[in-house]
Amino acid sequence: MAKITFIQHDGTEHVHDGKTGLSVMEVAVKNNVPGIDADCGGACACATCHVYVDAAWLEKTGDKTAMEESMLDFAEGVEPNSRLSCQIKVTDSLDGIVVRLPESQH
Amino acid sequence: MTSPDAHVVIVGAGHAGGTLAALLRQYGHAGPVTLVGEEPIPPYQRPPLSKAWLKGEADAESLALKPLEFYAENRIDFRPSVRAERINRQRKVLALSDGTELAYDFLVLATGARPIRLPIPGADLEGILELRTAADAEALKGALGPGRTMAVVGGGYIGLEAAASARALGAEAVVLEREPRILARVAGEVLSSFFRTLHEGHGVRFLTGASVTGFRGEGGKVTGVELADGRVIACDLALVGVGAVPNQELAQDAGLAVNRGVVVDLEARTSDPSIFAIGDVTLRPMPIYGRDFRMESVPNALEQAKQAACAITGRPAPAGETPWQWSDQYDIKLQIAGYNFDSDQTLVRGDPASGRFAIFHLQGDKVQAVEAINSPPEFMMGRQLIGSRRPVDKQRLADPSISMKEVAAA
Repeated sequence: MAKITFIQHDGTEHVHDGKTGLSVMEVAVKNNVPGIDADCGGACACATCHVYVDAAWLEKTGDKTAMEESMLDFAEGVEPNSRLSCQIKVTDSLDGIVVRLPESQH
Repeated sequence: MTSPDAHVVIVGAGHAGGTLAALLRQYGHAGPVTLVGEEPIPPYQRPPLSKAWLKGEADAESLALKPLEFYAENRIDFRPSVRAERINRQRKVLALSDGTELAYDFLVLATGARPIRLPIPGADLEGILELRTAADAEALKGALGPGRTMAVVGGGYIGLEAAASARALGAEAVVLEREPRILARVAGEVLSSFFRTLHEGHGVRFLTGASVTGFRGEGGKVTGVELADGRVIACDLALVGVGAVPNQELAQDAGLAVNRGVVVDLEARTSDPSIFAIGDVTLRPMPIYGRDFRMESVPNALEQAKQAACAITGRPAPAGETPWQWSDQYDIKLQIAGYNFDSDQTLVRGDPASGRFAIFHLQGDKVQAVEAINSPPEFMMGRQLIGSRRPVDKQRLADPSISMKEVAAA
């Protein structure tokens, strides 16, 4: 279990408990957090669950696969701390993580 | 037109209907929302049913769009296991199969499509399955396993994904396709041939030009598929995946405009301004291609759910999206952007034998569609090029040593 803070582009915060094993994207979608579209449902096929991970947490989210890296490369507004949230698995060590959402996923 | 107290009734609790209910709340709609579905469970994702879920890599909970309690918490009156019977447009009332009536201010038809059933002898034998719902997928999973042989009638994406999952579960799979090649309706020859080779490498057998004329059975259970040339292909189960037809009868009976789907505009509105339609059931405008067509895809369902949610809550219509879809088979991720209309040239970027390549369909120097195999840059950049209608340099596009960013920048 991990407490996850999602900060929308307009600054609105949403704090939700994420169950271990779910992805950060699934936690957002199941709680109806606006700003994460996740069109493909977690298949790493669409890059519409793009988030910015706060620097302190980036390392704990693990490495990007080549597929994720490649999809992100073409998303809008990509920064060094960009991740696809469907590829970040919730673990206890992510308790307190803060992710920020881009202005648009399309 | 919009009213904060308006009662929105959504017919069909699939990916489109479920998404719309959630979006209405996200967009601040305060009035009542009722979501009516024929299935006993809340909205879920269908794509994994033939892929990760069938292979046992995803559970039912992960398929659900939202947890069940979400609906009550968000004042969405979710009514499972009930069918919409009739629309009375004069009274703005929907009659349900449980005898009740729902008065609506806005009605949204998200009734989807249903698999085509073959009108041939033996079609009602036990063991002849289709794959659309979670219940269908349960039945299929229960019938698969080591030593079992599945005949797949129809070499489309559903059938191929199920065949790949069957192999992962240790079952045999034989695909029977009426056309000379698999994926004939939905993909070009290069892709058809790539997927056939891929599946053959995993032990799937193919019979093309194979017209199915009936099913053979024993004790009420299917034992084989009969072909027009007299051959009988032995099987323990048969999965029929030969396309789907829109569930448009409710709209048609109510006198709404219908033409191979419920006709809608770019706000997802039907010919009745109080009634919207979204998802697989609709025939919608596709401005990039200057034509109307019906799409069966999750991205389309989501786009139209957004269009309807915006129209109902008085937001400006969302920007148009380039249609896309995906498929997973074995370790191959296929991503398709656009539709191959009116193309005059096909260009392959990369080597199919490497398992990483993309097929571009062009009209003059504009990209109409791209089919990308394990090639996200080609998919992502191709999708942007299709949407922008920007011309490309074909020679550079065909040269994989030039990155897609450079190709698009030229």
